[in-house]
Amino acid sequence: MTADEGQSGGVRGVVAGHGTFASGIISAVEQITGRGRHFVAISNTGLCLDDIQSALVRALDETGARVIFTDLPAGSCTMAVRRLIRERPGVLLVTGINLSLLLDFAMQDDVDPEQAVRAALDRGRASMVVHGVTVPSA
Amino acid sequence: MPIALYRIDDRLIHGQVVVGWGQPLELGFIVLVDDDVAASEWEQELYRMGVPPEMSVHFHTVEDAAAVLAAYHASPQVGIVLVGSIDTMQRLVSAASGQIHAVNIGGVHHSPGRTGRLRYVFLTPDEEARLRAIEAQGVEVTAQDVPGARAVPLAEVLTSVSSA
Repeated sequence: MTADEGQSGGVRGVVAGHGTFASGIISAVEQITGRGRHFVAISNTGLCLDDIQSALVRALDETGARVIFTDLPAGSCTMAVRRLIRERPGVLLVTGINLSLLLDFAMQDDVDPEQAVRAALDRGRASMVVHGVTVPSA
Repeated sequence: MPIALYRIDDRLIHGQVVVGWGQPLELGFIVLVDDDVAASEWEQELYRMGVPPEMSVHFHTVEDAAAVLAAYHASPQVGIVLVGSIDTMQRLVSAASGQIHAVNIGGVHHSPGRTGRLRYVFLTPDEEARLRAIEAQGVEVTAQDVPGARAVPLAEVLTSVSSA
């Protein structure tokens, strides 16, 4: 596990994923908004499913965050969060995230997390577009 | 080649399996062999939700799986058989009576008592003995986490040292 953010104050989300995905996307949030401290990063590298789940539980307990963002719907972090949610009904999982989504969430620091997640999802989905190709009409 | 891989992976269904192997193999189904998961509808639902809609997941105990392997081999789709532990694979190989010719070690991660062999393979002495026993039944045992990596023969795995 990599807990890249040492401060617990102000942490609103846990980001978990493959390799350095989590620390990388948080560094991008920090570079763009200066709000990287609102997130904690967890990597699944070298961890079995139980250890990933333990790392997630620790991160939630230490930070008080209620939202976990993951990179891939079928990924081991996502599977671990879905197990965890069964015992922690107040925790939200957002999977398949991108930078636009996380930035939008980061900027909504005075909004209820669930409401912020809904808005961030719309922003993240809308940010994915293709340029330079012609899409045939149906 | 309807069953492309018999894989030991303690994460069971996850990114490497669904995307890393699943896409190049055009995987149609996963056979998840685990006595605990086979007894838990909730666990099964968890794993079903982890795969794309075009992929199906079937759940079996070791005993049941051995009995239906031939039917999966006859499928027109490509599949992977997935187990979460070396012990489970050893039992499956024995129960399958010669139907399994190769076993893939895909991920056995660090835990107390295990020695690091490869970046993604950590083994206890008992697990090493079980792998040797599988190989002694005429089964080729190699370690390979993703399709683009080299398949490392068991003898090389057991003499390697990794701290990662």
